Amino acid sequence: MRYILIIFSLILITFSAVIGQVDPVVTDSLAPVPAPPAPVTEVAVSDKANDHGHALIIEWKRSLDDGAGSNAVMLYEIFRSEFPDSAFKMVGSVPLGNERFEDIGTIEKESRDYIPDNTNLYYRVDAVTIDPVVRTSSEVYGPVQSYSNWFHKGRVPVLTAVLIFGALMVYFVSVARKGTELYVRPLAGIAAVDDAIGRATEMGRPILYILGLGTADMISTIASFTILSRVAKQVAEYQTELIVPCYDPIVMTVAQEVVKSSYLDAGHPDNYKEDSVFYITTNQFAYVAAVNGIMLRDLPATNVYMGKFYAESLILAETGAVAGSIQIAGTDEVGQLPFFIVACDYTLIGEELYAASAYLGREPIMLGSLKAQDYAKAAVIVLMILGLLAINVHLNAFIEIFKVVD
Amino acid sequence: MEFGTFLWTTLGAVLTLAIFSFLYKDNPFYKFAEHLVVGVSAGYWAVILWHNGLVPNLLERLRDGDWYLGWLNSSKPWYLIPAILGLLMWTRFSKKYSWISRWPISMYIGIATGVAIPLEMSNRVNKQLYAAMSKIHWDNFFGHGFLDTAAAYSEIIIIIGTIAGLIYFFFSKAHTGAFGTIAKIGIYILMIGFGASFGLTVMARISLFIQRIQFMHEDWAVVAFEETNPNYGWFQFFFWLVGFIIIAYIARELYVYIKNRDKQMVKPS
Repeated sequence: MRYILIIFSLILITFSAVIGQVDPVVTDSLAPVPAPPAPVTEVAVSDKANDHGHALIIEWKRSLDDGAGSNAVMLYEIFRSEFPDSAFKMVGSVPLGNERFEDIGTIEKESRDYIPDNTNLYYRVDAVTIDPVVRTSSEVYGPVQSYSNWFHKGRVPVLTAVLIFGALMVYFVSVARKGTELYVRPLAGIAAVDDAIGRATEMGRPILYILGLGTADMISTIASFTILSRVAKQVAEYQTELIVPCYDPIVMTVAQEVVKSSYLDAGHPDNYKEDSVFYITTNQFAYVAAVNGIMLRDLPATNVYMGKFYAESLILAETGAVAGSIQIAGTDEVGQLPFFIVACDYTLIGEELYAASAYLGREPIMLGSLKAQDYAKAAVIVLMILGLLAINVHLNAFIEIFKVVD
Repeated sequence: MEFGTFLWTTLGAVLTLAIFSFLYKDNPFYKFAEHLVVGVSAGYWAVILWHNGLVPNLLERLRDGDWYLGWLNSSKPWYLIPAILGLLMWTRFSKKYSWISRWPISMYIGIATGVAIPLEMSNRVNKQLYAAMSKIHWDNFFGHGFLDTAAAYSEIIIIIGTIAGLIYFFFSKAHTGAFGTIAKIGIYILMIGFGASFGLTVMARISLFIQRIQFMHEDWAVVAFEETNPNYGWFQFFFWLVGFIIIAYIARELYVYIKNRDKQMVKPS
């Protein structure tokens, strides 16, 4: 009997020891399991307005346990499916406190983010606790469809402005075509172009024309083409050499056409050299290095910088100044204008670049558009003053007319 | 430092010095660096264009079609249109048919301009106009410290500056009389802005220069000059080789300078 008691006591001791060892582990693994939170309510899904489709907006009312109650909600996960009761796929999540999610997909069917347009879709929002397993799903909302919009209502002010400006342009172009003299104030930088070409001819040195780093679709590059056309025409007449190193291959192609046409207009098509407009590289500083080399080796009498310029502006202009060239620059890149102003003899500031092309071209379309621009600027000044007055007397509705929503 | 790292770092340092040598004048070292960077970048750009442009935007999209059917049976056959326009650009190599290349160019410029006009109107006119119609906080002008009052005045300066700046950019009216005075205020304000921008950018450029010097010192010279560097021998070889070339160039420059000076000093009898 005594042995039985001893064995029983040993079993008890061993058992209690095992329990003693296991106990803390058990406590750890069973760390306070959060209770399932209250679900989100009033889930509503709508198509995203003013877009190309493939996007929906999901809105809901927060769970009662988000920032209150048991305070257990950590985030919300949004699920989408093409079926009301199965195949839900998580499309995104937002932290606690949020009540909105934009499910923006792509148009590409192969993409993981593809959202089909005009197809029934179902959504649900899960309130998730710190333990991702413990969550509560909302009721499924649907069906809802995404679709594209033909008209962006948020951009009505842009349409209005374009229409008004277009009407002004048509009017002034027709006025200019009737032969009415439209005044354009002289621009020092443009007046200097003629002198600079003459100087190059006298010195027997080339003219270097830089179109900048912009692509052919940029407004400043397009304005630069017009100025290049004029410069090339004069160069052809004076039979001076023209060098146009290009950064962009498309710009080079257009520039070649422009220069070729100018030589033709000037009556010297045979003097046009295909190699005068050439491509260097589409790398900013490699391009700069090459142009700097041209400046110091060919010693152009005149450097013309017109178009879009970035960090290379000062390097180019400073090297040109060291080479002793007359320099005329023009850009709408505000950050680079200071460098051109410092290092060049003449600088066309911002819109002067566009005006220069009209001033040089003297064509009715150009002059008419310039006049229309001035009227548009006058309208902007008047509207700005009216807006300032309106907002200071709390007529906020007036300025909201001009608000553009992207 | 591994030999490969050592070699490329040294090359980087030598090329940095070669580019800086332009500050003296155009010279063979600069020419070498210039041609190297132009060549490498042109090649690099061609590869980037292939992998980031042509492959994902054209080839991938026509992949499900068959080449012997001209990819017309692919799910997105409309991508053949830009492909054909792109191919038309190659007609530039023919004198007879080069005029065809104007079609893709005109299409490109036309579409780009059409896209740009509403975008420019939105970003540069509508949004700027809306932002300019800001509330003037009149209460900031009174009962505050000097700096607060200065901040309040900035609202007035912005309004006057915007209007005067706009008036400067009127091209169809001569800048005379009161109009000319406002335009002059506009250009002064623009110049103040440009001055501030200039200073800011120069500071950024100086930081770039410092970064380059740090590279020369910390990444290259310190590591290479250490005798514990396993490639110390190679470094010495490169160092003295480059040093010798530079000294030879300087000697040649001096020789040419002295020779020319002597020629100029010879007076006609």
